[in-house]
Amino acid sequence: MGLFDIMGPVMIGPSSSHTAGAARLGRLVRQLIGGDIKKVDMYLHGSFAATYRGHGTDKALLAGILDLLPSDERLRDSFRLAKEAGIEYAFIPTDLGEDAHPNTVKFVVTTASGAVHTVIGASIGGGQVLIQEIDSLHVRFTGERPIIICRHEDHPGVISGITTLLYEARINIGNMNVNRDRTRDTHTAQMYIEIDSIPPDGLEYHIRCIRGILDAMILLPIRE
Amino acid sequence: MTAKELIARAEQEDVSLGALSLEIESEHGGNLETSLEKFETMLQVMEAEVENALSSPVCSVSGLTGGDGYLYEKYRTAGLSLQGEIPSLATAYALSASETNAAMGRIVACPTAGSCGIVPACVLAVARICRIPRPRILYALACAGLVGMLIDEHASLAGAEGGCQAECGSAAAMAAAAVTEMMGGRPEASFHAAAMAIKNQLGLVCDPVAGLVEIPCIKRNVGGVSIALSSADMALAGIKSRIPFDDAVEAMNRVGHALPAALRETALGGLATTEAGKAMKEKVFGK
Repeated sequence: MGLFDIMGPVMIGPSSSHTAGAARLGRLVRQLIGGDIKKVDMYLHGSFAATYRGHGTDKALLAGILDLLPSDERLRDSFRLAKEAGIEYAFIPTDLGEDAHPNTVKFVVTTASGAVHTVIGASIGGGQVLIQEIDSLHVRFTGERPIIICRHEDHPGVISGITTLLYEARINIGNMNVNRDRTRDTHTAQMYIEIDSIPPDGLEYHIRCIRGILDAMILLPIRE
Repeated sequence: MTAKELIARAEQEDVSLGALSLEIESEHGGNLETSLEKFETMLQVMEAEVENALSSPVCSVSGLTGGDGYLYEKYRTAGLSLQGEIPSLATAYALSASETNAAMGRIVACPTAGSCGIVPACVLAVARICRIPRPRILYALACAGLVGMLIDEHASLAGAEGGCQAECGSAAAMAAAAVTEMMGGRPEASFHAAAMAIKNQLGLVCDPVAGLVEIPCIKRNVGGVSIALSSADMALAGIKSRIPFDDAVEAMNRVGHALPAALRETALGGLATTEAGKAMKEKVFGK
């Protein structure tokens, strides 16, 4: 860890994982979905389910949904602020299974246009977070580096189409993962690629234009 | 990195550990000006958190704790404290910072939120009484960070991995080194202070009542302050730790691994499972 991982962050207490990380997770979800959130149901797993009230995890998650930073003192008043913003919310203790990290949350978000999105993420310690699933796509997004996620037809050439675009933009790949979509009989696969630099405008569009790409999305690092 | 290497480098370059810490940060992509700005921001948050719970009682979110900083400050300002000016002020500061954390106030995690009171209490109490110029306070915070980085590299800063020795123990070591540096101690003396602080908290378990960062965390911050200040005091007197810092951290790592899971932040042992502890858990979360 670096000097400012040891000293800092400046945060609202009492817990880096249960409060600061929770706020960061909520805010990441907000930035993934965009601004027009109407309703959010938060399913809390493990330690979050057991102790969320005492740690203010609920207030912190909701503050994140309202785009507040983990260091914002208004975090304490997030219930009232959400009400004023017309956002409905609920916290539901649940069991997401043995494989889930103890501080996992499943967000079911309804937007003003009526679309429903599901995001699963965890607060993994020291205020760090990890998004693991976005609308049933498996990802590993920490909010620190940009990632590309896509679903594509499972045949040769699709991946090289993406890596060629990245090469042309002089973007280095830090991590990538391809999985065949086994749950469906669709001959599709999904992939996420963590990249080392901010992609140019239009890259998402160009990826979508590659033959065989069914859907693609670029997630940018969280703004702090 | 080891303390041995850092002491040699600091002596060779004739710089303080705080300066060396900022130099290392710059080698890893930071720059001096930005780093000092970050520490200035932190210092301002610390200055507020150490006073916040002293002039009126501040209560935690769970309702289990609060008001102790206020009680102690009344006692201290009445001139009744058994301790000298610096330790009594640092005690008040540590209570305030920890109570502010438990009340969802703004704090600086250093190294963690649960142990956030120790470094600011020691550094700010000494700085205030000894009238230390502001830039030296910022370098002392950088020195504290460097000690924390070494512990993180060779042991752990997380209660879930190493027990409370990893959190309050590390914070006390960081604070002891920072105070020693601020009072003019050489780099070697700072690491003697840090080693003595670790030795005094080796094996301390993490057993929070109801799993919350309150009981015993708030008062363990005060314990950490006492150990940090006495360790710095010994080091400044020229006393050496017979066990060097690097060895003390290595022991801390082994002791941390030897602790059963029940005593590593799971709230399944120690004070958390006493009669009083269980009753308080029930009060907050129900049966």
